[in-house]
Amino acid sequence: MLEITLTVLILIGAIFTFIGSLGLARMPDFYTRLHGPTKATTIGVGSLLIASMIHFSTQEAGLSFHEVLVTLFLFITAPVSAHLLSKAALHLRTRSLSEPPPLVDATDHAGRNSPDSLS
Amino acid sequence: MRRWLPHPILTPTLALIWVLLANSLAPGSILLGLLLGWLIPIFTLRFWPDPAPVRRPLTLLRFLLVVGYDILVANLAVAWLILRGANHIRPAFVEVPLDLRSELGISLLANTISLTPGTVSSWLSPDRRILVVQGLDVADPEALIETIKRRYETPIREVFESC
Repeated sequence: MLEITLTVLILIGAIFTFIGSLGLARMPDFYTRLHGPTKATTIGVGSLLIASMIHFSTQEAGLSFHEVLVTLFLFITAPVSAHLLSKAALHLRTRSLSEPPPLVDATDHAGRNSPDSLS
Repeated sequence: MRRWLPHPILTPTLALIWVLLANSLAPGSILLGLLLGWLIPIFTLRFWPDPAPVRRPLTLLRFLLVVGYDILVANLAVAWLILRGANHIRPAFVEVPLDLRSELGISLLANTISLTPGTVSSWLSPDRRILVVQGLDVADPEALIETIKRRYETPIREVFESC
């Protein structure tokens, strides 16, 4: 029973991580590519970590909670890196399917202190 | 009190993280964790001078559950979009007007938006009033803005900025 649960969890994890990476190849522009690896992996990595937690808690003496920390650090760092990548892409005017708001361009390239960019 | 224990919540949190890192509940590691949890806030005081006011822990809990649920659902949605291929997506940027004022609140909201699959917070206006969000498949920009404000911004405001 335990084996089956672990197998299912690991398979789910592997499938979602794979779909996340697949997004990197299939999506058409920078911003849409950003969504695959940073996001579809939350279920992927999550269920792998749950599997790891169950496995090490039952196989060895004592409970294993390292994985909670991995989740925590992942959830703190993933959005930050996604935000920075996307912000940098906006600043560099990366080719995009969707139209970036004019406000971004006006502010980023007009200098920080010009009053009309801060509307 | 203020001087010796500047962040009453950070201290037990750091201690807990230390215990998790050491992966043991031995008295020694708990003590060391508490010691670190007491010293680190004192040394990093200049980085966050004001303690985070957490009010309404129940709202916070409900918010965390809502976010967890949204992450699961949106994760499936993004996986489905990727499998269907690029012809069906409608990527768009939306401008979310912010009611949040504190740095902590805005960064929490931006992180939450990025964590839920299908949306990435991309840009914050220098006056911190508009958050630009990139969505992978936006059917209705107004509805997306409304959802973000109702599901995420309102609870964050209630917990961290209520007066």
